Amino acid sequence: MPAFRDIVRRIDSIKNTQKITKAMQVVAATRLRKAQAAVQATRPYADKMIEVLQTVGERATEYKHPFLVRREGKRAVMILVTTDRGLCGAINVNNIRAATRYMNEHYTEQQRYVTLGRKGRDFLLRYRRNVIAEVSNLPDRPSQALVLPAVTVALEEYAKGETDAVLLCYSKWISTMRQEPAIRVLIPAEIPKREAGQEGPRADYIYEPEPEAVLDGLLPRYVETQVFQAVLENKASEYSAKMIAMQNATNAAGDLIDALTLYANKVRQAGITTELMEIVSGAEAASAG
Amino acid sequence: MPFSLRVVSVERSLFEGDVDFVVANGADGELGILPRHAPLMTILKPGALKIRHGGNEELLFVGGGFLEVLPDRVTVLADVAEHADEISVQQAEEARRRAQEKLAGTLTASEETEFQNALAMAEARLRLARTRRG
Repeated sequence: MPAFRDIVRRIDSIKNTQKITKAMQVVAATRLRKAQAAVQATRPYADKMIEVLQTVGERATEYKHPFLVRREGKRAVMILVTTDRGLCGAINVNNIRAATRYMNEHYTEQQRYVTLGRKGRDFLLRYRRNVIAEVSNLPDRPSQALVLPAVTVALEEYAKGETDAVLLCYSKWISTMRQEPAIRVLIPAEIPKREAGQEGPRADYIYEPEPEAVLDGLLPRYVETQVFQAVLENKASEYSAKMIAMQNATNAAGDLIDALTLYANKVRQAGITTELMEIVSGAEAASAG
Repeated sequence: MPFSLRVVSVERSLFEGDVDFVVANGADGELGILPRHAPLMTILKPGALKIRHGGNEELLFVGGGFLEVLPDRVTVLADVAEHADEISVQQAEEARRRAQEKLAGTLTASEETEFQNALAMAEARLRLARTRRG
């Protein structure tokens, strides 16, 4: 049986851990709110961009931008978004698994990766996957300029004809309790259809310069925006997952403390009983003598 | 008769409201938008975006993007955008110096456009900051 002091020392150490996990939980909750605000802030731009693409697409019907052309091959570049730090539950594992599985199913000929976030990079390098560009240690509110170079690498591969698709995998934020890996095909680009009954602006634009040049400028930005949004949404997922993970850790620490306290009391009681027995039997022995 | 204007960048929304007059730096030259302007879609080059509403004038820096004019509203989709008083002269000067150094060396075609663009952005920022300070 361990000494009473040792158990008390153990309880103290768990209490310290619990304080830390509790603090991390609170920090994650605050950061989650900020991350959600950042996601919201990109909405107007993204919505507007889609609206303009729809309008321009209806005008320049003859012209097919290379990003809109479907290729038959089985080569792909996957842009994998993960977190930089751990202690956030299973979201990275889920993302990486979803991404690699999707690649193995659909793109058997050549698989290459662009990673945004340290966890994904480390994992893929450990398993000797081909990582052609990476960005890690992104701040909580990254600017698009930080993400852009890595995305450009992927787009250039497509433009050079070195790959047949560019994909994106990130953790989609569904609720605080739920985040799911999401995979999107960035190129060939799919411009969402207008909702039924929703008429586009009937106005015939004057284009400066011609519609093709405008489309050339818009499409890469559309893709970049999707990636940037994914990075922000992944942040929100990260902090949600972290908050839940730390909440569970805090609860688990509490359970452990309760169990150990009970055990410590038993040990102490057992000690007292033994001592009493000794005294009693000692006294009996003395009076018998 | 004012019209509604919205300026958004990927990171945030910079301006939203009714305005009387907008001047932007289009791909084919500077253009001014007054109410009842014909529908237009243009690429923007790095430069100033001047907004006049009521008696006020606002200055924004737009580092390239798109401008859409519809009968009832105008939208600016900016790659990068800042309010004029957010511009850091020091950073812009550094960026200009870096771009100039790079352009002096030998470059591939895509690097050339990249640094040309960086240079244009830095110069537009500086020009704007200077007019701001009078």
